[in-house]
Formats: sequence, C-alpha cells, structure tokens
Amino acid sequence: MLRLSADKLDKLFSAISDAKELYLPVEENGSSKFDKWSEETQVNLNRLNTVKSPKDLFFPQSEDLMRFKKEGKKITVDTPDENCKEFVVFGVRACDVKSIEVLDRVFLSEPVDTYYESKRKAATIVSLACSEPEESCFCNIFGIDATEPAADVSTWLADDYLYWEAKTEKGEALTESIKSVFEQAEDTSAVDAQKENVKAIIEKLPLSGLNLDYFKNNDMMDIFNSEKWDELYEACLGCGTCTFVCPTCQCYDIRDYDTGHGIVRYRCWDSCMYSDFTLMAGGQPRTTQKERFRQRFMHKLVYFPMNNDGEFSCVGCGRCVNKCPVRLNIAKVIRALGGEV
Amino acid sequence: MSRNDMLIPKVAVITGITTQTPDVKTYKVNAPEGGKPFEHMPGQCAMLSIPGISEAMISITSSPTNKEYMEFSIKRCGCLTEAIHALEEGDEITVRGPLGNHFPVESELKGKDLVFIAGGIGLAPLRSVINYCLDNRDDYGEIDIVYGSRTKQDLVGFEEIQNVWAKAPNVNVYLTIDNPQEDWDGHVGFVPNYVKELNLSVDKTVLMCGPPIMIKFTLQGLIELGFTKEQIYTTMELRMKCGIGKCGRCNIGSKYVCKDGPVFRFDELDELPDEY
Repeated sequence: MLRLSADKLDKLFSAISDAKELYLPVEENGSSKFDKWSEETQVNLNRLNTVKSPKDLFFPQSEDLMRFKKEGKKITVDTPDENCKEFVVFGVRACDVKSIEVLDRVFLSEPVDTYYESKRKAATIVSLACSEPEESCFCNIFGIDATEPAADVSTWLADDYLYWEAKTEKGEALTESIKSVFEQAEDTSAVDAQKENVKAIIEKLPLSGLNLDYFKNNDMMDIFNSEKWDELYEACLGCGTCTFVCPTCQCYDIRDYDTGHGIVRYRCWDSCMYSDFTLMAGGQPRTTQKERFRQRFMHKLVYFPMNNDGEFSCVGCGRCVNKCPVRLNIAKVIRALGGEV
Repeated sequence: MSRNDMLIPKVAVITGITTQTPDVKTYKVNAPEGGKPFEHMPGQCAMLSIPGISEAMISITSSPTNKEYMEFSIKRCGCLTEAIHALEEGDEITVRGPLGNHFPVESELKGKDLVFIAGGIGLAPLRSVINYCLDNRDDYGEIDIVYGSRTKQDLVGFEEIQNVWAKAPNVNVYLTIDNPQEDWDGHVGFVPNYVKELNLSVDKTVLMCGPPIMIKFTLQGLIELGFTKEQIYTTMELRMKCGIGKCGRCNIGSKYVCKDGPVFRFDELDELPDEY
C-alpha cells in the first residue's frame, strides 16, 4: 500500500491531471457532483455522497448520439467519434462503484451500447472508502463493503493520510504514472482501525437491518400483486427525483432536435415515474401512479435480479432517501413488503 | 460513419406507396443502392424514422421471401405516422433493425395447420408470416385467415387477400366487417364471434394480432372452443425508444417487448403482469 499526506492531495490531483482528465466530488452552489478538476475546484471529499452520482460520466444526463443532414430528399447520418479521451474518476464510494457494475450489465450486454462502452473503457476508477456512513446508508444489505470499495484503485482517507492501493491493471498503470507523489505505507493500522470503526457504525444504522429475503424467495407475480402497493404509492408525486439521483436508474429517452443547421438526435435520462413514459397513440399500459411506482421497485428488486444472476438494481446509497420530497423511498418499500430482521 | 451501434440507423428510400385504406398506406422501402436495407424473419420489426420528427417501432409486413424490397403498412395515428403519410416516392427515411424475435416459422409452426386471426392494422405483422408460409407452401398444413375491420374500406391489402391468398392452395379466407354495408355481401360481425362460428378444429395453431379488445375476447372464445394457450401466438406493441432492451420503456415483468418479443405465446404472457 502507498500513502500521501492529506495536505498534499492537490499534488496528487495535479499529477493525475497532467496525463488525463480528472473528475472528482466537487462542491458547487450548495450542491455537489463529479466534475473536472482544476486548481480552483472546490473539492469536497468529506461529503459522503454527491447529489448527482458519477453515472453522469458514463451515461450523461444528455448525450448527442448522431447528426442528420438533409439535402433535398437525401439524408446523411454523422456519428461522433468512438474514441473517448482517457480519464480518471477519483473519490467514488463503494455503493457508486457497485452501481457502475449494475450499469455495465445493462449497457455492455449484447447488443453493446458503444456510447457507454467507450467512456467505460477510457475510465480509471479510484474509489474512496467511507469513513462516516450516514443514517440513509444501507449498502451492506446488498453485500457491499463500504470499507473495502472495489474499482481500479481503492483509497482510504485516515489519520491525515490518503492510503492508495491499485487493484487492477488499469489501476497499476495509473499508480506507476504518478508514483513520485507517494511514499510506501509501512504502517497501515490507521486504515484497519477506520475499517473496524466504520463497520461498527454501519451495524447501528437504522436501515442496515433491512431484509431482502422476501424478494429473493417469492414469485414475481405474488410480489407484483401484493396489496401493500396500494398504500405505498399513495404519497408519490411522480416527480421523478428518485430516478434522477439514482446511480443505477438507466431508463432513457431518444429525441430529435432541429438546430437550424442540421438535426441532432440525442438521448437523455427519462423516468418510469412519468405518465408519458409509456403513453402511446393506442393507450396507456400503466394507467395510474400506482403502476408506475410499482414498476420502478419491481424492476430494481425483482425483474432486474431475474435477468442478472440475482443482482439487485439498488446499491443502498441513500440518495432517494435524502431527496424524495414526500419521504418515500426504496427502503420503505423493502420494509413494507418484506419486513425487517 | 463506420461506428457500429444498434442505435445508429441506415438510410433507406421509399420506392413505392400504396394507399390501402383511408388511414393506412403501405410503403416499399429499399437501400439507396438498391436491395433491402437488411434481412429479417417474419414477425420482426424495425425502427423507422424521419429525422427531426421521431422514431417508432413498426412491424415489417413483407415476407423475407421477398428478395427485392421491404414493406411497412402504417396507420396514421400520431406525430410520426402523420409525417410519414406526407412522404412521397423517392423520399428518404431511416431504418434500423431487424429488431425483436419472430414467429417460429422454422420450428414450432412447421407442418402445422395455421389459423391467422387479425383485426384492422393487426394484419400487418401477420402478413409477413402468411406470405412466408405461402412461399414455402409445402412446409405448412391448411391455412385459415380470419380478418375483420370496421368497414370494407378499412380492410388492409384487400386486393392481395382476394387475388392471391383466397386463390392459394389449401387456404381459406374469412373476412368480416363490423356493420352491414351496401357493397358488402360477406360476413358481418366482430372477429371474436366469427371465430367461434367457424368451428375451427382445435388441433390448429393460432397466430393473432389486433386491437386489445379483439385479442381479449377472441382468446376467451378460443379457450372455450378447446384451444390451449400454448397453441396461440400473438405479437405485441408498447412504446419503445431503443428497441434493444435498454431504455426501459417496454418492460413487462422480466421481459422487454422489443427484445424478448414482440412475439409471445399466451402461456408465456400468463406469467407476466397484465401491463400491456
């Protein structure tokens, strides 16, 4: 393991960005997101989770897919270059690392989404272990270890040092390119102490006892037909906030826009919480907010696992818990349907 | 334009337009350099688009045995279809596909007596299978085609039905319209009732497409006659954007209509939520 004094983090960021673009958690106008680093950037590594997850870097909120030119009756299609500049994402929490694996299962399964794939290939992900989990956290119920995040490089911020450990070839290559900023960490007891401390906190968190057995052991149609949905959905405003802050929500829309000198076809995030998501000239298959609400959670807790070796499409990051204006969230759904230990 | 992604369409040119009914036109489509934009199997779909308007999933109505061009029958019922109806021969559109699964013409349907039941524009996806079967006539048994629409003028492809299908060997065509009409001496009544009257032998395999209300009552009728759900196929339609099982729109239970469908057997649909 390597380490670097926490007051020299700027040196690390500067060394990384000499070779590649660097994205990390940035504070901006009272909100936070993963943004490009420069010397003026307000980096905030103390915030547990950014408001907007790093999914934006791989699956942007809005992304141009192609351009069309029309000359008379003729149409030509221009597509953007497939190559993406190599970049590094620093400070990704364990839950968000896992969320990228969930997105991989969607976008990298056949037929591969090349827009996502090119960004994914270009990225080196440096995770940051959690030091202060919050009350809204429940990553543990999905088998995620907040103290041992996966990714290309894992890091720990403990006792005024950043500890750094490469986990993949990509991670080793990055480490090699910036190794002069580090020293060998002879003593890693600060990391071990932090891990133990954080694990103890997680055990006491209010949502860490949620149980997923109901969703693992029951038939899809029995869960779908549960009477609990009738009460659960009632407060839902259908605002879609949960889907936009969710690191695993991947539904999208494709639209055309006439720029005045050509047509751009772009995709943007969409939400199954909206009625026009499924509205057709011929009718509406999900007629009320109950169907739309149920769809979102059935997808995350039942449909997605059925198609993906039992993996849930939730990572317990707690963003929906913090952001829902009427305090509805997946934790409430899990508890109402499946109970708690 | 070398990028290979299923979201990127091909350019195609409209090489023929037939007005079928007051609101349905059939479009012949070719690659700009001639030939078909791509190959497909009966029941598969394509995303059709006029850039600047939008893109929508449309069933390919021509049979893959047609080696010269591809056809789409399109009912005017929304923004994009309105714009498509305003197109002329020689205009270019974009297509991407083939998308979705297909009717099992090479496996389960082979050697079977087939009953095609369609209502209105629902004939479009079945027409691909019907013509495929007629072009490989020896591979299939007796063929019954039950087709209904609101009026005689709303029957899609009336000429082909009369001049090709009705004259093909071992094919029975049963047409019906909702209400009596002056120039109509055929059957009058709704499709579900007509199917019951026909007393079809229950060892046949059924392929059905039409408005949800027709599907619902015809299915009930077929079950009453003694058919099982394993013998009845349908093809579905939901709103779609990507066509490859990623945008999330056409999700029913663990299935995506665009990728796992659009062709389903009714016993498969029984295991899914009723959200279609």
